[in-house]
Amino acid sequence: MSKPRIAIFDFACCEGCQLQIVNLEEELLDLIDAVDVVEWREAMSEQSHEYDIAIIEGSITRPEDEKRIEVIRSRAKILIALGACATIGGVNKLKNNFDLADVKKCVYGKSADMPHLDTALTKALDEVVKVDYKIHGCPIDRKEFTYIVRSLLMGKTPDIPLYPVCVECKAKGNPCLWDEGQVCLGPIIRAGCGARCPSFGFRCFGCRGYVDNPNVNAAKDIIEKYGLTTDVLKSKMLLFGSMQEPTNA
Amino acid sequence: MHKNMNINVHHVTRVEGHGNIVVNVNSGKIEKLQWQVPEAPRFFEAMVRGRSYQDIQTIVSRICGICSITHSLASTKAVESALGLEVSEQDDKLRILMHYSEQLQSHTLHVGYLAAPDFFGEPSVVPLVPKATDAVKTIVKAHRIANEWSDLLAGRTTHPVTLIPGGLTKIPTEQQLRQLQQTLKDAVPDLKAIAEVVLSVAGNIPQFERDTEYVSLKQTDPPTYTFYHGGITSNDNKGAALPIEKWHDVANEYVCEQSTAKWTKWHRDSYAVGALARFNNNAELLSTMGKAAADMFGLKKGCCNPYMNTVAQLVECFHIVEVSINLIDELLTKGLKQEKVTSSPKAGRGSGCVEAPRGILFHDYEFDKNGLCTAADICIPTNQNHASIQKDFEKLVPEIINESEDSVRLKLEMLVRSYDPCISCSTHMLDVKFVK
Repeated sequence: MSKPRIAIFDFACCEGCQLQIVNLEEELLDLIDAVDVVEWREAMSEQSHEYDIAIIEGSITRPEDEKRIEVIRSRAKILIALGACATIGGVNKLKNNFDLADVKKCVYGKSADMPHLDTALTKALDEVVKVDYKIHGCPIDRKEFTYIVRSLLMGKTPDIPLYPVCVECKAKGNPCLWDEGQVCLGPIIRAGCGARCPSFGFRCFGCRGYVDNPNVNAAKDIIEKYGLTTDVLKSKMLLFGSMQEPTNA
Repeated sequence: MHKNMNINVHHVTRVEGHGNIVVNVNSGKIEKLQWQVPEAPRFFEAMVRGRSYQDIQTIVSRICGICSITHSLASTKAVESALGLEVSEQDDKLRILMHYSEQLQSHTLHVGYLAAPDFFGEPSVVPLVPKATDAVKTIVKAHRIANEWSDLLAGRTTHPVTLIPGGLTKIPTEQQLRQLQQTLKDAVPDLKAIAEVVLSVAGNIPQFERDTEYVSLKQTDPPTYTFYHGGITSNDNKGAALPIEKWHDVANEYVCEQSTAKWTKWHRDSYAVGALARFNNNAELLSTMGKAAADMFGLKKGCCNPYMNTVAQLVECFHIVEVSINLIDELLTKGLKQEKVTSSPKAGRGSGCVEAPRGILFHDYEFDKNGLCTAADICIPTNQNHASIQKDFEKLVPEIINESEDSVRLKLEMLVRSYDPCISCSTHMLDVKFVK
């Protein structure tokens, strides 16, 4: 069997998720052996239009990018959304909370009306094209990346957690950050990160997107228990959750 | 003599973000010569408005995946300045140690994965794996060590979570720091091996010079080869340093006549930032191993060959490892203790400045009495280098115009890469007219 041809592309993003692929270090050398990487602008000079699997980092923020992702989709047998910008829109969707003309003026001032600075509402990939698999997180967890890629290479469907971050956080025996006065999104965000941020004493800010069927009543109970308003919770949910679509993998 | 040349590198590869090179030569006359940036704008300064001072770092860290710790530190310093928060000596040192980890990670990535293939005449690091297995594995190991070092201090390799206004959420144990120190000591022979390999192909680094203004941080109290504290200086500023609050007087963002591009200038029509700028302004303050590495490559203060920025990064790797070993000694001697950090909202404005691996970075925020952001201004190193890249192009191309088109293209691509641009950082987008 010939090696699957993989191409990696990026749209509006920080390229931090591609960096996590580089950060596989020694393991990446093994992975490169098992597949044929045909295009990866950040790391290679080669380019190709023929690939089986397209891995896409970034959000769609301009009409010309919608066209580009549609072409990539038509060429790829499997399309994988890599990281929060691609899976849920990520911090790029904060922009959608403002009037776009005002956003451009704020950053570019008098030049705001120049055509190449045009911008549209930020979209996650599956708001434009069919996405076959999502690798969640900002950035992605590199262990989860290899797990998902290995599963696909073996023809298996990867298991993505259907429970919230709290489950992993409790299993680690971490003290609850709500008790320390932090507004943590652990109760409603999809697990799979190993509760990395709360384990370092920092609230979950929702980079993996909402878990399927989040327990909204439990979230309300927590808000009441700690004497906070839903506005405080909403303000934290905006960071990665502005206008988020369902995140089912 | 080449009468006609048409180079259009649409998206330079092996750089972070999207940039284009366009060269049109007609009958020996250069008609068009441009460095262009078509990266999708992301509007961070607009997006942070209305967000709490506590959430600024979480958002702006996402400006860049490669220098996320740097953006987090600059923004956190700006928030602390606006709110009048003090950071303890211990947490300040731990942050500097965290910052060094990212410098090493980014420098090894650039030197080893992005720049080195050019020196070997290869399109990427992948074909080098079978050809120079040991060298690649040593680079990979150094990169991994830097990442594990970031994990320990920042909680993550990319997009740190331990940084909060006033201090750190979690600090490493003394045992972990001792282990890190040993790892760094053991890494010195690896760095030497990497330097030997780069030296063996250093003859492929193009010889090109352009008298340039170099801008970087400078710290005098105590004198330090600084990435984190100090004021802003340049070789045109007679050794004086400006307080970081005056950064607008340094960057002077302007619209360029021929391309209407927003660039920066201080004393001249362009300036450069990055490892070579830091070296040129602070070389005498390098550690012993850093100086030895500079000598090995014949890198001397005043060097104005932009291609040597990659070598300056390698020199800094030695310096960073050596000073970090010493910094861990200082921390362990005093003993570590987790400090309780509290902060409360306050109206105010503050600036924060640190050196990103690719050059000086400015963040500036204003908050209302509820601690909500009302205005933000961010000036990233790659934008400060765009004008310098263009000026280098304009001097370089006439000098090499008789070489083959492939050679001119490669030298221009290598020049862009040597600046280690981080284009998705470009929050102030260039205004460039594209001619295809």
